[in-house]
Amino acid sequence: MSTRHDITLTVNGERVTRLVEARRHLIDFLRLDLGLTGSHAGCEHGVCGACTVRVDGEIVRGCLVLAASLDGAEVTTIEGLSDSGEVADLQDAFVARNAAQCGFCTPGMVMAAADILRHHPDATRAEIREHLSGNYCRCTGYQAIVDAVESTLTARKEGVR
Amino acid sequence: MNDMPTPASIGLSREDLPNSYIGRSVPRPNVPKLVQGRATYTDDVAVPRLVHAAFLRSPHAHARIVAIDTAAAAKVPGVVRVFTGADLAKVCDPWVATLEHLKGMKSAPQYPLPLERATWQGEPVVAVVADSRAAAEDGVAALAVEWEPLAAQLDMETALDPGAVVIHPALGDNLVFTRTAEKGDVAAAFASAHKVVEATFVTGRHTGVTLEARSILADYNRAEGTLTVHHSTQAPHMMQGVFAKQLRMEEGAVRVICKDVGGSFGIKVHVYPDEVAVAAMARIMGRPVKFVADRFESFVSDIHARDHRIKGRIAVDAEGKILGFDIDDRTGIGPYSVYPRTSAIEGNQVVNLCGGPYDFANYRCTTTVVFQNKTPTCQYRAVGHPIATAVTEGLVDLAAEALGMDPIEIRRRNLIRDDAYPYTSPPGMRFEGLSHHAALAKLLEMVPVERIRADQAEQRRRGVHRGLGFASFIELTNPSPFMYGIGGARISAQDGATVRMDPDGSVVVLSGVTEQGQGTDGILRQIVAHGVGVPVERVKVITGDTQTTPYGGGTWACRGAGIGGEAALQSAIALKQQILQVAGTMLQAAPGSLDIVMGEVVERETGRARMPLGELGRIVYFRGDTLPKDLARELVQTRHFITKEYPFAFTNGIQASWVEVDVETGIVKLLEHWCVEDCGRVINPLLVDEQVRGGIVQGLGGALYEHCVYDEQGNLLTTTMADYLVPMSAEMPEMHVGHVETPTNESLLGAKGAGEAGTAGAPAALMNAINDALRPLGARVTEQPFTPARILAALGRI
Amino acid sequence: MKWPAFAYERASTLQDVWRLRAEHGEGARLVAGGQTLLATLAFRLSEPSVLVDITRIEALRGVTVQGSTLRIGALTRHAELGRDPLVARHAPLLAEAVPYIAHPAIRNRGTIGGSLAYADPAAELPACVVALDATLVLASPAGERRVAAREFFTGLLETALKPDELIAAVEVPAATPASRSAIVEVARRSGDYAMAGLAASLSLGADGRVSAPRLVYFGVGNGPVLAAGASAALEGKALDAGAIAAAQAALARDIDPPSDLHGPPEMKRHLARVLTARALSRFLPAAEAAS
Repeated sequence: MSTRHDITLTVNGERVTRLVEARRHLIDFLRLDLGLTGSHAGCEHGVCGACTVRVDGEIVRGCLVLAASLDGAEVTTIEGLSDSGEVADLQDAFVARNAAQCGFCTPGMVMAAADILRHHPDATRAEIREHLSGNYCRCTGYQAIVDAVESTLTARKEGVR
Repeated sequence: MNDMPTPASIGLSREDLPNSYIGRSVPRPNVPKLVQGRATYTDDVAVPRLVHAAFLRSPHAHARIVAIDTAAAAKVPGVVRVFTGADLAKVCDPWVATLEHLKGMKSAPQYPLPLERATWQGEPVVAVVADSRAAAEDGVAALAVEWEPLAAQLDMETALDPGAVVIHPALGDNLVFTRTAEKGDVAAAFASAHKVVEATFVTGRHTGVTLEARSILADYNRAEGTLTVHHSTQAPHMMQGVFAKQLRMEEGAVRVICKDVGGSFGIKVHVYPDEVAVAAMARIMGRPVKFVADRFESFVSDIHARDHRIKGRIAVDAEGKILGFDIDDRTGIGPYSVYPRTSAIEGNQVVNLCGGPYDFANYRCTTTVVFQNKTPTCQYRAVGHPIATAVTEGLVDLAAEALGMDPIEIRRRNLIRDDAYPYTSPPGMRFEGLSHHAALAKLLEMVPVERIRADQAEQRRRGVHRGLGFASFIELTNPSPFMYGIGGARISAQDGATVRMDPDGSVVVLSGVTEQGQGTDGILRQIVAHGVGVPVERVKVITGDTQTTPYGGGTWACRGAGIGGEAALQSAIALKQQILQVAGTMLQAAPGSLDIVMGEVVERETGRARMPLGELGRIVYFRGDTLPKDLARELVQTRHFITKEYPFAFTNGIQASWVEVDVETGIVKLLEHWCVEDCGRVINPLLVDEQVRGGIVQGLGGALYEHCVYDEQGNLLTTTMADYLVPMSAEMPEMHVGHVETPTNESLLGAKGAGEAGTAGAPAALMNAINDALRPLGARVTEQPFTPARILAALGRI
Repeated sequence: MKWPAFAYERASTLQDVWRLRAEHGEGARLVAGGQTLLATLAFRLSEPSVLVDITRIEALRGVTVQGSTLRIGALTRHAELGRDPLVARHAPLLAEAVPYIAHPAIRNRGTIGGSLAYADPAAELPACVVALDATLVLASPAGERRVAAREFFTGLLETALKPDELIAAVEVPAATPASRSAIVEVARRSGDYAMAGLAASLSLGADGRVSAPRLVYFGVGNGPVLAAGASAALEGKALDAGAIAAAQAALARDIDPPSDLHGPPEMKRHLARVLTARALSRFLPAAEAAS
């Protein structure tokens, strides 16, 4: 019976190999083993959304994923998403609208909002609110966040035309 | 040149000047790092030799600690050391949280870990330090504590009755504090009134739920004799003093650093026993110790608030003129008053604030603050305001209903006139200048009342129940030493800023106020850029380090902009004057004939560029030999600011809430929300507006969802985020924010606080909206949170 | 809290599962999406010795139609359930239920097998599979057995799963043109577990009469509650206000809700009545004509 596992996976486009404890969740793996502190542990029981990251292309709660299960997986964190430039416009919109205050929810919020940009380009304000409804923000009234996502969707659609 | 600057002379009301940043929606400089995950919260700080703490917390509301067996825990792999209360008491003194100006107030000594008894479920009792948090928790699981459960005093209503469990026998009873404010002749006013209406209001015990939990990393360096604390706090200088005093050190030997802080809302301005324990353990071990509360322990150990029951009466004459308020408030604060602000302030604020927006003569309000065996309560965003506003505005709406008067009309008839200032309220609050009627007028420009009322009538015919509710409010900001200092607490009401110019012409400001997301860094940058005359991009802001920033109180009670901002503005103006002195010498011009615009020294009259600040910096810093020997060339200035005329800078505002109540399910749908507030000079509308919205949502959360629920043994039942419901995006309404600006004359900047206005008024506006919806059905709710069960019960459906 | 110490093993086949279970006994817990198990481990209320990861077992995957039966592999994630065309066509109730389940990031991991095995009384999918009269395919070293969904849920967080079994798939009778289904619930916030909910399924004949009605309530008992009385009150009736009222009245004897943090039992009874009308009203001739 092994309590430690060698895993090799791709994180933000880089291949990493680590020996992890079986009880390590993905967020502690990212933060403690890889030094990627942009992902946050807000509740560690799957409710607040601060730990939202991508695994194999889809958003997940990082605190509800066993790091040991990710051998061969592809993980994208806020650091990788930012460096890729995929959501630079969304991030600019967050800045322009002050859609982040303390910022602790923000990486998870951006990951969830990026999911809207990819999968729901025609989302309405109500649908944006619904899609982000699992990401807790205590500081803003959510309105600036919805504004930022909505304006990014609009700008992308206009850019396409 | 040395004329006293005025708001007009420095262009505070002008947006046409090139570097007039005050009043403009300038994006905050620290948001890019937040959206890219590059911030540094306390848990992100990496230091060598770090160990991690976890706490065994009392499973009982009240119990004697018979024995603690640490042997098995000490053997758990990874565990480094185990500490009990007795271990920490050797290096750490207890504290007692009372304030001298709160007459008769009492509380008991509190240790970082208790010596004999645990007095609430969740109180930290034993600490385990290990090489990882997981291992420390394994150690906690291996601890064996023998408890003798004691009878617990849970109900605040019976806390003073004969037979109550006296939580601290040495104090004689469970009374922490009581105060009655009385003005006029209440009995006569009520006896002669046209109508008297009364109700009992309950505000639910809730808590802050900062997304970043309380976090601390303390490191004691034996070689230097210094304690360095990375701390998620609002008040680094205060905590420096606390750690020094409790650990018997010199203040100068303690450094508190807070980098990014993931929300505070008052939660992170208090002294928590587990955090002091961490500092004490670092002191003993001579190495860094970290503690980050997990969410479950946050719910039982972060301060709670708002646990009040208020009986209120209002008397009105036939024209709807308010004759008086008569209010009795009771609150339970847990087993200890929280250090150093104390837990009597919230009740005291209720006494100070009830009836606040209105002009009336007769007032009686009593608060009774008692101990109980629950999590301690203390100051949380908009301390006392949502309670006082709900009672006041609930009663005003009841009076309007009794009179058959429109809720807007009764407010119009009673709000303090805009030309009545200065004004002293019945409980003695002094208002420098408020704008209730202007705010009401502005609100009515924004809220389509006629259209809403027509829709309401139409929907009612279809069995859909919608309601519109209003709430006027006042908010206490910019506190002077009258809040805490006069009571003996080492809580600074003044604040300082140092502004300097570096060789490249860039400007650095170091401030004693702190940033937890409000935008402190952003507004300080704007203020200093405006004051010195440089582009905002050329200003760097440094906050949150007791070793480098001027001494100050930090950020709480809406003082960041009004106090810290003014200190920064004064420093910036002084630096500009000094730069112009040097420039005048270099350019052989009278300093008064020069100005600084967008980083260039220019001729004041013509605007002709004379010298970039970078060139001036080059000469001052590298070719000082070319300057006259006696020229003062320190390009750095520090100013401190404190309010002097008024104990507090009150602000005001009014909110409106438009809701739909599903009378079959009791679910309240928030349709739209409006807020007009007057925080004096608005430095950055973008920041103020979303901060107001965030405050509204926090108020709506407390009114609809958030509730710390206990069982009959005093166990908190709502210890997960699936049980303690916070407001989320799907249910929150679109919110419209408007402003009236009545700058305070206490400062050049004229800014008052804005951060608590939303929270102060939202619950009352929502309550009145729900009751407006329910009125045709004969139902009314006054107990928060307004859950489906309570609404259905009020409707008689269950 | 941090998870307690445990070991991790990955099973690639069912044989691996049987072997690992044999090795570790009761200390072994299966983990698929982990959205419930891993959240509860953070409370340290249970301390399994080993988590057996079944997510890469091919036999537990896939959505297929065989004759008039829709077979949904246990590892089908909620998000997959929500966008699968076969599910939408043959078991629209399941597709309709998905948006009620937590939030997108959870739906990307959580599986139907996990939801059914955990059997939370307030969860949507257990109620849906009972309403659809589905059959659960349970696998063990001895082979497969089939259990009707209504018999699978045996008590609070308890099921008919034996220690050596796992859920391999769910088999749902494919919807016919006469089939009607709806899920409605009352939750405080989007994605929360319901204070009360109803998954309803029935057939509407050409004559407008109801047959095979199955009203299954959730959040009101120890598990999904198939309301026998309320369902019987509809059988053979033309669906109208009277029939709905009869079902509401009969419901009183069908459910015996506990109190919880949201309110007393009477609140849940009341909500169940309200939901009964809201779900059934969708199948009224006027409502169907309007949609």
